[in-house]
Amino acid sequence: MDIESIKKEFPIFDNKVHNNDLVYLDSANSSQKPRVVIDRIYDFYSKEFSNVGRSVHYLAVAATNLYENTRVSVQKYINAKDKDEIVFTKGATEAINLVANTFGQKYLEDGDEVLITELEHHSNYVPWHFLRKSKNIKIEFAEINDDGEITLEEIKKKITKKTKIISVTHLSNVTGSILPIKEIVDLAHSKNIPVLVDGCQGAPHLKLDMQELGCDFYAISGHKMYGPTGIGVLYAKKKWLEDLPPYQGGGGMISEVKKTGISYGELPNKYEAGTMATAQVIAFNESIKFLEKIGIENIVKHEKELLDYSLELLSKNNSVKIVGNPKNKGGVISFTIEGVHPHDIATILDEDGVAIRAGHHCCQILHEKLNLPATARASFGIYNTKQDIEQLCSSIEKCKKIFNL
Amino acid sequence: MNLKELYQEIILDHGKNPRNLRKTDNYNKDAKGHNPLCGDNVHIYLKLNENKKVEDISFEGSGCAISMASASIMTDLVKGKEEKEVKEIVLDFLDMIKEKEGLENKILNDDEKTKLMCLSGVKQYPMRVKCATLSWHTLTSAINDFQNITNTEN
Repeated sequence: MDIESIKKEFPIFDNKVHNNDLVYLDSANSSQKPRVVIDRIYDFYSKEFSNVGRSVHYLAVAATNLYENTRVSVQKYINAKDKDEIVFTKGATEAINLVANTFGQKYLEDGDEVLITELEHHSNYVPWHFLRKSKNIKIEFAEINDDGEITLEEIKKKITKKTKIISVTHLSNVTGSILPIKEIVDLAHSKNIPVLVDGCQGAPHLKLDMQELGCDFYAISGHKMYGPTGIGVLYAKKKWLEDLPPYQGGGGMISEVKKTGISYGELPNKYEAGTMATAQVIAFNESIKFLEKIGIENIVKHEKELLDYSLELLSKNNSVKIVGNPKNKGGVISFTIEGVHPHDIATILDEDGVAIRAGHHCCQILHEKLNLPATARASFGIYNTKQDIEQLCSSIEKCKKIFNL
Repeated sequence: MNLKELYQEIILDHGKNPRNLRKTDNYNKDAKGHNPLCGDNVHIYLKLNENKKVEDISFEGSGCAISMASASIMTDLVKGKEEKEVKEIVLDFLDMIKEKEGLENKILNDDEKTKLMCLSGVKQYPMRVKCATLSWHTLTSAINDFQNITNTEN
Protein backbone atom coordinates (compact mmCIF):
# COMPACT_ATOMS: atom_id res chain seq x y z
CA MET A 1 0.00 0.00 0.00
CA ASP A 2 1.38 3.38 -1.03
CA ILE A 3 0.82 5.58 2.01
CA GLU A 4 2.52 8.58 0.43
CA SER A 5 -0.04 8.66 -2.37
CA ILE A 6 -2.91 8.13 0.09
CA LYS A 7 -1.55 11.03 2.13
CA LYS A 8 -1.60 13.22 -0.99
CA GLU A 9 -5.36 12.80 -1.08
CA PHE A 10 -5.59 14.83 2.16
CA PRO A 11 -5.17 18.55 1.33
CA ILE A 12 -4.42 19.43 4.96
CA PHE A 13 -0.93 18.01 4.54
CA ASP A 14 -0.13 20.69 1.95
CA ASN A 15 -0.01 23.18 4.83
CA LYS A 16 2.87 23.86 7.17
CA VAL A 17 2.52 24.07 10.95
CA HIS A 18 5.02 26.48 12.52
CA ASN A 19 7.04 26.03 9.30
CA ASN A 20 7.14 22.27 9.72
CA ASP A 21 5.39 19.42 7.94
CA LEU A 22 2.26 18.41 9.80
CA VAL A 23 2.61 15.17 11.73
CA TYR A 24 -0.99 14.48 12.64
CA LEU A 25 -1.27 12.02 15.51
CA ASP A 26 -4.71 12.98 16.78
CA SER A 27 -7.00 10.84 14.65
CA ALA A 28 -8.70 9.28 17.68
CA ASN A 29 -9.94 12.79 18.37
CA SER A 30 -10.92 13.51 14.79
CA SER A 31 -9.48 12.38 11.48
CA GLN A 32 -8.44 14.57 8.58
CA LYS A 33 -10.58 14.64 5.42
CA PRO A 34 -9.69 13.38 1.96
CA ARG A 35 -10.31 15.69 -0.99
CA VAL A 36 -13.24 13.58 -2.25
CA VAL A 37 -15.18 14.32 0.95
CA ILE A 38 -14.39 18.05 0.91
CA ASP A 39 -15.24 18.34 -2.80
CA ARG A 40 -18.49 16.46 -2.35
CA ILE A 41 -19.76 19.03 0.15
CA TYR A 42 -18.85 21.86 -2.24
CA ASP A 43 -20.44 20.12 -5.23
CA PHE A 44 -23.63 19.27 -3.39
CA TYR A 45 -24.16 22.85 -2.25
CA SER A 46 -23.21 24.35 -5.61
CA LYS A 47 -25.01 22.00 -7.98
CA GLU A 48 -27.48 19.72 -6.25
CA PHE A 49 -28.73 21.27 -3.03
CA SER A 50 -32.25 20.79 -1.79
CA ASN A 51 -33.86 19.52 1.37
CA VAL A 52 -34.57 15.81 1.30
CA GLY A 53 -37.69 13.68 1.68
CA ARG A 54 -40.23 16.49 1.40
CA SER A 55 -40.69 18.21 -1.95
CA VAL A 56 -41.32 16.55 -5.30
CA HIS A 57 -39.23 18.84 -7.50
CA TYR A 58 -36.21 17.67 -9.43
CA LEU A 59 -33.58 18.77 -6.91
CA ALA A 60 -35.49 17.33 -3.96
CA VAL A 61 -35.76 13.93 -5.61
CA ALA A 62 -32.08 13.92 -6.55
CA ALA A 63 -30.97 15.02 -3.07
CA THR A 64 -33.20 12.43 -1.41
CA ASN A 65 -31.67 9.72 -3.56
CA LEU A 66 -28.15 10.84 -2.69
CA TYR A 67 -29.01 10.95 1.01
CA GLU A 68 -30.52 7.47 0.91
CA ASN A 69 -27.54 6.17 -1.07
CA THR A 70 -25.34 6.87 1.95
CA ARG A 71 -27.68 4.82 4.11
CA VAL A 72 -27.25 1.85 1.78
CA SER A 73 -23.47 2.34 1.68
CA VAL A 74 -23.29 2.34 5.47
CA GLN A 75 -25.56 -0.70 5.64
CA LYS A 76 -23.25 -2.60 3.31
CA TYR A 77 -20.09 -1.35 4.97
CA ILE A 78 -21.10 -2.60 8.40
CA ASN A 79 -23.08 -5.58 7.05
CA ALA A 80 -26.41 -4.64 8.57
CA LYS A 81 -29.37 -6.74 7.44
CA ASP A 82 -31.58 -3.85 6.43
CA LYS A 83 -30.98 -0.25 5.36
CA ASP A 84 -33.70 0.79 7.82
CA GLU A 85 -31.37 -0.25 10.62
CA ILE A 86 -29.18 2.76 9.81
CA VAL A 87 -30.25 5.96 11.57
CA PHE A 88 -28.34 9.18 10.91
CA THR A 89 -27.55 11.30 13.95
CA LYS A 90 -25.37 14.32 14.60
CA GLY A 91 -22.67 12.06 15.97
CA ALA A 92 -21.97 9.00 18.06
CA THR A 93 -22.84 11.04 21.16
CA GLU A 94 -26.36 11.60 19.87
CA ALA A 95 -26.61 7.94 18.86
CA ILE A 96 -25.86 6.84 22.44
CA ASN A 97 -28.16 9.51 23.90
CA LEU A 98 -30.90 8.27 21.59
CA VAL A 99 -30.63 4.73 22.94
CA ALA A 100 -30.18 5.73 26.59
CA ASN A 101 -33.20 8.01 26.36
CA THR A 102 -35.63 5.77 24.49
CA PHE A 103 -34.55 2.45 26.00
CA GLY A 104 -34.45 4.11 29.42
CA GLN A 105 -37.97 5.48 29.00
CA LYS A 106 -39.43 2.15 28.01
CA TYR A 107 -37.41 -0.44 29.90
CA LEU A 108 -35.60 0.98 32.90
CA GLU A 109 -37.17 1.11 36.34
CA ASP A 110 -36.15 1.91 39.88
CA GLY A 111 -33.09 -0.12 40.88
CA ASP A 112 -32.28 -1.46 37.41
CA GLU A 113 -28.63 -1.60 36.42
CA VAL A 114 -26.76 -0.42 33.33
CA LEU A 115 -23.37 -2.07 32.96
CA ILE A 116 -20.60 0.01 31.38
CA THR A 117 -16.80 -0.12 31.83
CA GLU A 118 -14.06 2.04 33.32
CA LEU A 119 -12.75 2.58 29.79
CA GLU A 120 -15.80 4.47 28.60
CA HIS A 121 -15.65 7.90 27.03
CA HIS A 122 -17.91 10.41 28.79
CA SER A 123 -20.34 10.05 25.90
CA ASN A 124 -21.03 6.48 27.00
CA TYR A 125 -21.43 7.38 30.66
CA VAL A 126 -23.16 10.77 30.93
CA PRO A 127 -26.26 9.77 28.87
CA TRP A 128 -26.79 6.85 31.26
CA HIS A 129 -26.10 9.08 34.25
CA PHE A 130 -29.19 11.16 33.34
CA LEU A 131 -31.24 8.04 34.10
CA ARG A 132 -29.87 7.85 37.61
CA LYS A 133 -31.97 10.89 38.46
CA SER A 134 -35.00 10.38 36.24
CA LYS A 135 -35.35 6.62 36.78
CA ASN A 136 -33.27 5.95 39.87
CA ILE A 137 -31.16 3.37 38.06
CA LYS A 138 -27.66 2.23 39.03
CA ILE A 139 -24.59 2.30 36.84
CA GLU A 140 -22.10 -0.52 37.34
CA PHE A 141 -18.53 -0.31 36.05
CA ALA A 142 -16.64 -3.34 34.78
CA GLU A 143 -13.08 -2.75 35.99
CA ILE A 144 -9.88 -2.81 33.97
CA ASN A 145 -7.14 -5.31 34.75
CA ASP A 146 -3.47 -4.35 35.18
CA ASP A 147 -2.98 -4.26 31.41
CA GLY A 148 -5.87 -1.84 30.91
CA GLU A 149 -8.16 -4.51 29.43
CA ILE A 150 -11.77 -5.41 30.10
CA THR A 151 -12.05 -9.18 30.17
CA LEU A 152 -15.10 -11.30 29.50
CA GLU A 153 -14.75 -12.67 33.04
CA GLU A 154 -15.00 -9.17 34.49
CA ILE A 155 -18.18 -8.49 32.51
CA LYS A 156 -19.56 -11.82 33.69
CA LYS A 157 -18.80 -10.89 37.29
CA LYS A 158 -20.64 -7.59 37.05
CA ILE A 159 -23.85 -8.91 35.44
CA THR A 160 -26.68 -9.29 37.94
CA LYS A 161 -30.37 -10.07 37.67
CA LYS A 162 -30.92 -6.31 37.60
CA THR A 163 -28.66 -5.70 34.54
CA LYS A 164 -30.93 -4.40 31.79
CA ILE A 165 -28.42 -3.26 29.19
CA ILE A 166 -24.65 -3.44 28.65
CA SER A 167 -22.96 -0.50 26.96
CA VAL A 168 -19.28 -0.86 26.12
CA THR A 169 -16.64 0.63 23.89
CA HIS A 170 -15.28 -1.39 20.97
CA LEU A 171 -11.80 0.14 21.21
CA SER A 172 -10.57 2.32 24.08
CA ASN A 173 -9.55 5.82 23.04
CA VAL A 174 -6.94 5.82 25.82
CA THR A 175 -5.33 2.39 26.14
CA GLY A 176 -6.29 1.15 22.68
CA SER A 177 -7.76 -2.03 24.20
CA ILE A 178 -10.06 -3.86 21.83
CA LEU A 179 -12.90 -5.48 23.77
CA PRO A 180 -14.10 -9.03 23.07
CA ILE A 181 -17.43 -7.73 21.76
CA LYS A 182 -18.69 -10.93 20.17
CA GLU A 183 -18.09 -12.87 23.39
CA ILE A 184 -19.69 -10.12 25.50
CA VAL A 185 -22.73 -10.10 23.20
CA ASP A 186 -23.06 -13.90 23.32
CA LEU A 187 -22.87 -13.86 27.10
CA ALA A 188 -25.33 -10.96 27.41
CA HIS A 189 -27.80 -12.49 24.99
CA SER A 190 -27.72 -15.78 26.91
CA LYS A 191 -29.15 -13.70 29.75
CA ASN A 192 -31.47 -11.69 27.51
CA ILE A 193 -29.52 -8.46 27.95
CA PRO A 194 -29.08 -6.18 24.92
CA VAL A 195 -25.66 -4.69 24.13
CA LEU A 196 -24.75 -1.26 22.82
CA VAL A 197 -21.27 -0.82 21.38
CA ASP A 198 -19.63 2.61 21.27
CA GLY A 199 -17.89 2.23 17.94
CA CYS A 200 -16.27 5.66 17.72
CA GLN A 201 -12.79 4.18 17.62
CA GLY A 202 -13.80 0.79 16.27
CA ALA A 203 -15.53 1.96 13.10
CA PRO A 204 -12.57 3.76 11.47
CA HIS A 205 -9.99 1.13 12.36
CA LEU A 206 -11.59 -2.34 12.53
CA LYS A 207 -13.55 -4.55 10.21
CA LEU A 208 -17.22 -4.08 11.00
CA ASP A 209 -19.71 -6.88 10.59
CA MET A 210 -22.92 -6.45 12.55
CA GLN A 211 -23.97 -10.02 11.80
CA GLU A 212 -20.75 -11.37 13.24
CA LEU A 213 -20.69 -9.03 16.27
CA GLY A 214 -24.39 -9.59 16.93
CA CYS A 215 -24.75 -6.42 19.04
CA ASP A 216 -28.11 -4.70 19.34
CA PHE A 217 -26.81 -1.15 18.88
CA TYR A 218 -23.60 0.25 17.38
CA ALA A 219 -22.75 3.97 17.53
CA ILE A 220 -20.53 5.49 14.82
CA SER A 221 -18.91 8.90 14.54
CA GLY A 222 -18.58 10.22 10.98
CA HIS A 223 -15.80 12.71 11.61
CA LYS A 224 -13.48 10.01 12.99
CA MET A 225 -14.01 7.98 9.78
CA TYR A 226 -12.48 10.60 7.48
CA GLY A 227 -15.96 12.08 7.10
CA PRO A 228 -17.52 15.46 7.88
CA THR A 229 -18.35 16.67 11.37
CA GLY A 230 -22.01 16.79 12.41
CA ILE A 231 -22.80 13.28 11.25
CA GLY A 232 -22.97 9.98 13.03
CA VAL A 233 -24.78 6.70 12.68
CA LEU A 234 -26.81 4.60 15.02
CA TYR A 235 -27.05 1.03 13.87
CA ALA A 236 -29.84 -0.75 15.72
CA LYS A 237 -31.53 -4.05 15.08
CA LYS A 238 -34.86 -3.43 13.42
CA LYS A 239 -36.81 -4.97 16.27
CA TRP A 240 -35.46 -2.27 18.60
CA LEU A 241 -36.16 0.63 16.26
CA GLU A 242 -39.71 -0.62 15.82
CA ASP A 243 -40.14 -1.20 19.53
CA LEU A 244 -38.58 1.91 21.08
CA PRO A 245 -40.33 5.30 21.17
CA PRO A 246 -39.09 8.17 18.98
CA TYR A 247 -36.28 10.31 20.38
CA GLN A 248 -37.00 13.79 19.04
CA GLY A 249 -40.22 15.17 17.66
CA GLY A 250 -40.58 17.38 14.61
CA GLY A 251 -40.97 17.37 10.87
CA GLY A 252 -40.09 14.30 8.87
CA MET A 253 -40.60 11.79 11.69
CA ILE A 254 -44.40 11.75 11.67
CA SER A 255 -47.06 9.92 9.73
CA GLU A 256 -50.24 11.73 10.67
CA VAL A 257 -50.67 14.72 12.94
CA LYS A 258 -54.09 15.61 14.35
CA LYS A 259 -55.20 17.74 17.26
CA THR A 260 -56.17 14.59 19.07
CA GLY A 261 -53.14 12.43 18.33
CA ILE A 262 -50.03 11.78 16.30
CA SER A 263 -48.75 8.70 14.56
CA TYR A 264 -45.08 8.33 13.76
CA GLY A 265 -43.32 7.68 10.51
CA GLU A 266 -41.87 4.45 9.23
CA LEU A 267 -38.27 3.52 9.84
CA PRO A 268 -35.82 5.12 9.64
CA ASN A 269 -37.71 8.46 9.43
CA LYS A 270 -39.12 7.85 12.91
CA TYR A 271 -35.71 8.74 14.36
CA GLU A 272 -34.70 11.51 11.95
CA ALA A 273 -36.66 14.57 13.06
CA GLY A 274 -36.07 17.91 11.41
CA THR A 275 -33.72 18.77 8.56
CA MET A 276 -30.73 16.51 8.90
CA ALA A 277 -27.09 17.29 8.13
CA THR A 278 -27.85 16.59 4.48
CA ALA A 279 -24.59 17.67 2.86
CA GLN A 280 -22.58 15.85 5.50
CA VAL A 281 -24.54 12.64 5.08
CA ILE A 282 -24.06 12.80 1.32
CA ALA A 283 -20.33 13.52 1.70
CA PHE A 284 -20.03 10.71 4.24
CA ASN A 285 -20.75 8.32 1.37
CA GLU A 286 -17.41 9.43 -0.09
CA SER A 287 -15.65 8.52 3.19
CA ILE A 288 -17.14 5.04 3.03
CA LYS A 289 -16.08 4.66 -0.61
CA PHE A 290 -12.62 5.96 0.30
CA LEU A 291 -12.27 3.36 3.07
CA GLU A 292 -13.57 0.63 0.79
CA LYS A 293 -11.11 1.57 -1.93
CA ILE A 294 -8.16 1.19 0.44
CA GLY A 295 -9.66 -1.88 2.09
CA ILE A 296 -10.13 -2.30 5.81
CA GLU A 297 -7.68 -5.24 5.87
CA ASN A 298 -4.97 -2.92 4.54
CA ILE A 299 -5.89 -0.23 7.05
CA VAL A 300 -5.73 -2.67 9.96
CA LYS A 301 -2.37 -4.00 8.74
CA HIS A 302 -0.89 -0.52 8.24
CA GLU A 303 -2.01 0.76 11.63
CA LYS A 304 -0.71 -2.38 13.34
CA GLU A 305 2.70 -1.79 11.74
CA LEU A 306 2.68 1.80 12.97
CA LEU A 307 1.66 0.68 16.45
CA ASP A 308 4.39 -1.97 16.66
CA TYR A 309 7.00 0.46 15.37
CA SER A 310 5.98 3.15 17.90
CA LEU A 311 5.95 0.72 20.79
CA GLU A 312 9.39 -0.48 19.75
CA LEU A 313 10.84 3.04 19.57
CA LEU A 314 9.08 4.40 22.65
CA SER A 315 9.99 1.43 24.82
CA LYS A 316 13.68 2.28 24.21
CA ASN A 317 13.06 5.60 25.94
CA ASN A 318 13.27 5.05 29.69
CA SER A 319 11.42 8.26 30.59
CA VAL A 320 8.35 7.31 28.56
CA LYS A 321 5.69 5.26 30.32
CA ILE A 322 2.94 3.80 28.17
CA VAL A 323 -0.53 3.54 29.69
CA GLY A 324 -1.89 0.00 29.53
CA ASN A 325 -0.54 -3.04 27.82
CA PRO A 326 -3.51 -4.74 26.20
CA LYS A 327 -2.83 -7.83 24.10
CA ASN A 328 -5.39 -6.76 21.53
CA LYS A 329 -4.62 -3.11 20.84
CA GLY A 330 -5.60 -0.53 18.24
CA GLY A 331 -3.53 2.43 17.01
CA VAL A 332 -3.71 4.52 20.17
CA ILE A 333 -0.80 5.14 22.53
CA SER A 334 -1.31 7.14 25.72
CA PHE A 335 1.86 7.93 27.58
CA THR A 336 3.52 10.05 30.21
CA ILE A 337 7.05 11.38 30.48
CA GLU A 338 8.44 11.51 33.97
CA GLY A 339 9.01 15.15 34.89
CA VAL A 340 7.05 16.68 31.99
CA HIS A 341 3.32 17.30 32.25
CA PRO A 342 1.29 16.12 29.21
CA HIS A 343 0.25 19.68 28.37
CA ASP A 344 3.83 20.79 28.24
CA ILE A 345 4.60 17.79 26.04
CA ALA A 346 1.77 18.76 23.67
CA THR A 347 2.94 22.37 23.41
CA ILE A 348 6.55 21.40 22.76
CA LEU A 349 5.56 18.76 20.17
CA ASP A 350 3.26 21.25 18.47
CA GLU A 351 6.19 23.55 17.76
CA ASP A 352 7.62 20.73 15.60
CA GLY A 353 4.29 20.32 13.82
CA VAL A 354 3.46 17.18 15.79
CA ALA A 355 -0.22 17.22 16.78
CA ILE A 356 -1.11 15.02 19.73
CA ARG A 357 -3.76 15.26 22.44
CA ALA A 358 -3.11 15.93 26.11
CA GLY A 359 -5.56 15.70 28.98
CA HIS A 360 -8.00 13.07 30.14
CA HIS A 361 -9.40 12.43 26.65
CA CYS A 362 -12.96 12.58 28.01
CA CYS A 363 -12.17 9.58 30.22
CA GLN A 364 -11.94 10.98 33.74
CA ILE A 365 -13.10 7.70 35.32
CA LEU A 366 -10.20 5.84 33.74
CA HIS A 367 -7.62 8.51 34.60
CA GLU A 368 -8.77 8.57 38.21
CA LYS A 369 -8.46 4.80 38.33
CA LEU A 370 -4.93 5.01 36.90
CA ASN A 371 -4.18 7.85 39.31
CA LEU A 372 -3.07 10.06 36.43
CA PRO A 373 -4.43 13.60 36.15
CA ALA A 374 -3.62 13.63 32.46
CA THR A 375 -1.82 11.71 29.73
CA ALA A 376 -0.40 12.51 26.32
CA ARG A 377 -1.87 10.55 23.45
CA ALA A 378 -0.68 9.75 19.95
CA SER A 379 -3.25 8.08 17.71
CA PHE A 380 -2.91 6.93 14.14
CA GLY A 381 -4.78 7.22 10.89
CA ILE A 382 -4.34 5.88 7.39
CA TYR A 383 -2.10 8.82 6.42
CA ASN A 384 0.57 8.26 9.09
CA THR A 385 4.01 7.01 8.18
CA LYS A 386 6.98 5.57 10.03
CA GLN A 387 8.66 8.95 9.60
CA ASP A 388 5.81 10.44 11.65
CA ILE A 389 6.64 8.06 14.49
CA GLU A 390 10.34 8.94 14.23
CA GLN A 391 9.45 12.65 14.40
CA LEU A 392 7.29 11.96 17.47
CA CYS A 393 10.22 10.26 19.18
CA SER A 394 12.70 13.00 18.35
CA SER A 395 10.26 15.69 19.56
CA ILE A 396 9.87 13.73 22.79
CA GLU A 397 13.65 13.95 23.17
CA LYS A 398 13.32 17.71 22.75
CA CYS A 399 10.84 17.81 25.68
CA LYS A 400 13.39 16.12 27.87
CA LYS A 401 16.04 18.58 26.77
CA ILE A 402 13.89 21.65 27.50
CA PHE A 403 13.03 20.25 30.91
CA ASN A 404 16.70 19.42 31.59
CA LEU A 405 15.98 15.70 32.02
CA MET B 1 6.17 31.11 18.76
CA ASN B 2 9.04 30.80 21.09
CA LEU B 3 9.35 27.82 23.38
CA LYS B 4 12.40 29.32 25.09
CA GLU B 5 10.34 32.31 26.16
CA LEU B 6 7.59 30.04 27.45
CA TYR B 7 9.81 27.64 29.32
CA GLN B 8 12.30 30.02 30.90
CA GLU B 9 14.58 28.69 33.63
CA ILE B 10 12.54 30.39 36.34
CA ILE B 11 9.32 28.72 35.09
CA LEU B 12 11.00 25.32 34.93
CA ASP B 13 12.41 25.85 38.42
CA HIS B 14 9.09 26.89 39.98
CA GLY B 15 7.28 24.19 37.98
CA LYS B 16 9.60 21.50 39.25
CA ASN B 17 9.97 22.77 42.82
CA PRO B 18 6.85 24.79 43.52
CA ARG B 19 7.08 27.12 46.53
CA ASN B 20 4.27 27.06 49.07
CA LEU B 21 2.98 23.70 47.84
CA ARG B 22 1.41 22.69 51.15
CA LYS B 23 -1.63 23.43 53.26
CA THR B 24 -1.59 26.50 55.55
CA ASP B 25 -2.38 25.75 59.19
CA ASN B 26 -5.43 27.61 60.47
CA TYR B 27 -6.25 29.09 57.07
CA ASN B 28 -9.35 31.29 57.09
CA LYS B 29 -10.05 31.50 53.39
CA ASP B 30 -9.75 28.90 50.63
CA ALA B 31 -11.06 28.04 47.18
CA LYS B 32 -10.72 25.26 44.66
CA GLY B 33 -10.05 25.77 40.97
CA HIS B 34 -10.40 23.36 38.10
CA ASN B 35 -9.58 23.47 34.43
CA PRO B 36 -11.87 20.83 32.89
CA LEU B 37 -10.07 20.87 29.55
CA CYS B 38 -6.71 19.94 31.06
CA GLY B 39 -7.74 18.31 34.29
CA ASP B 40 -5.58 20.80 36.22
CA ASN B 41 -6.62 21.25 39.85
CA VAL B 42 -5.62 23.81 42.41
CA HIS B 43 -6.70 24.47 46.00
CA ILE B 44 -5.60 27.81 47.46
CA TYR B 45 -5.36 28.33 51.23
CA LEU B 46 -5.13 31.82 52.63
CA LYS B 47 -4.60 33.15 56.12
CA LEU B 48 -5.50 36.81 56.52
CA ASN B 49 -4.60 38.39 59.85
CA GLU B 50 -6.69 40.97 61.73
CA ASN B 51 -5.17 43.75 59.61
CA LYS B 52 -6.30 41.94 56.45
CA LYS B 53 -2.72 41.16 55.55
CA VAL B 54 -1.76 37.83 53.96
CA GLU B 55 0.02 36.12 56.80
CA ASP B 56 0.34 32.92 54.83
CA ILE B 57 -0.74 31.53 51.48
CA SER B 58 -0.25 28.06 50.07
CA PHE B 59 -1.67 25.73 47.48
CA GLU B 60 -2.20 22.10 46.69
CA GLY B 61 -2.84 20.65 43.28
CA SER B 62 -1.42 19.23 40.12
CA GLY B 63 -0.90 20.59 36.68
CA CYS B 64 1.54 21.45 33.95
CA ALA B 65 4.77 23.41 34.44
CA ILE B 66 3.00 26.66 33.56
CA SER B 67 0.15 26.26 36.04
CA MET B 68 2.40 25.05 38.86
CA ALA B 69 4.94 27.82 38.25
CA SER B 70 2.18 30.40 38.09
CA ALA B 71 0.70 29.28 41.43
CA SER B 72 4.15 29.11 42.96
CA ILE B 73 5.22 32.60 41.85
CA MET B 74 1.83 34.06 42.74
CA THR B 75 1.86 32.72 46.30
CA ASP B 76 5.43 34.00 46.75
CA LEU B 77 4.53 37.50 45.58
CA VAL B 78 1.31 38.12 47.48
CA LYS B 79 2.59 36.91 50.83
CA GLY B 80 2.71 39.85 53.26
CA LYS B 81 0.53 42.06 51.06
CA GLU B 82 -2.76 43.59 52.15
CA GLU B 83 -5.99 42.15 50.80
CA LYS B 84 -6.64 45.29 48.77
CA GLU B 85 -3.15 45.11 47.26
CA VAL B 86 -3.59 41.43 46.42
CA LYS B 87 -6.75 42.20 44.48
CA GLU B 88 -4.92 44.90 42.53
CA ILE B 89 -1.99 42.61 41.71
CA VAL B 90 -4.36 39.87 40.54
CA LEU B 91 -6.24 42.25 38.21
CA ASP B 92 -3.00 43.71 36.88
CA PHE B 93 -1.61 40.24 36.16
CA LEU B 94 -4.80 39.08 34.41
CA ASP B 95 -4.86 42.26 32.30
CA MET B 96 -1.23 41.74 31.33
CA ILE B 97 -1.83 38.09 30.33
CA LYS B 98 -4.90 39.11 28.32
CA GLU B 99 -3.79 42.27 26.53
CA LYS B 100 -1.50 44.76 28.23
CA GLU B 101 2.21 45.00 27.49
CA GLY B 102 3.39 45.01 31.08
CA LEU B 103 2.44 45.31 34.72
CA GLU B 104 1.21 48.69 35.97
CA ASN B 105 0.70 48.20 39.70
CA LYS B 106 2.82 50.18 42.14
CA ILE B 107 2.83 47.45 44.77
CA LEU B 108 5.38 45.02 43.42
CA ASN B 109 9.01 46.12 43.10
CA ASP B 110 10.95 45.75 39.84
CA ASP B 111 12.48 42.40 40.75
CA GLU B 112 9.08 41.00 41.61
CA LYS B 113 7.60 42.33 38.38
CA THR B 114 10.42 40.80 36.34
CA LYS B 115 9.70 37.47 37.97
CA LEU B 116 6.02 37.73 37.18
CA MET B 117 6.67 38.83 33.60
CA CYS B 118 8.37 35.47 33.02
CA LEU B 119 4.85 34.11 32.68
CA SER B 120 4.08 36.49 29.81
CA GLY B 121 5.54 34.00 27.29
CA VAL B 122 2.22 32.18 27.55
CA LYS B 123 0.52 35.01 25.63
CA GLN B 124 1.77 33.46 22.40
CA TYR B 125 -0.01 30.22 23.29
CA PRO B 126 -3.73 31.02 23.57
CA MET B 127 -4.61 27.44 24.54
CA ARG B 128 -2.24 27.65 27.50
CA VAL B 129 -3.33 31.00 28.94
CA LYS B 130 -5.80 29.22 31.21
CA CYS B 131 -2.95 27.20 32.70
CA ALA B 132 -1.35 30.45 33.83
CA THR B 133 -4.52 32.12 35.09
CA LEU B 134 -6.22 29.26 36.98
CA SER B 135 -4.54 29.89 40.34
CA TRP B 136 -5.11 33.66 40.05
CA HIS B 137 -8.83 33.27 39.43
CA THR B 138 -8.94 30.82 42.30
CA LEU B 139 -7.19 33.28 44.60
CA THR B 140 -9.88 35.85 43.74
CA SER B 141 -12.54 33.29 44.66
CA ALA B 142 -10.82 32.59 47.98
CA ILE B 143 -10.61 36.28 48.88
CA ASN B 144 -14.24 36.87 47.95
CA ASP B 145 -15.41 33.70 49.70
CA PHE B 146 -16.92 32.23 46.54
CA GLN B 147 -18.19 28.77 47.36
CA ASN B 148 -18.29 27.28 43.88
CA ILE B 149 -15.28 25.64 42.30
CA THR B 150 -13.59 28.17 40.04
CA ASN B 151 -13.86 26.83 36.55
CA THR B 152 -11.81 28.14 33.65
CA GLU B 153 -14.68 27.33 31.30
CA ASN B 154 -17.24 29.53 33.04
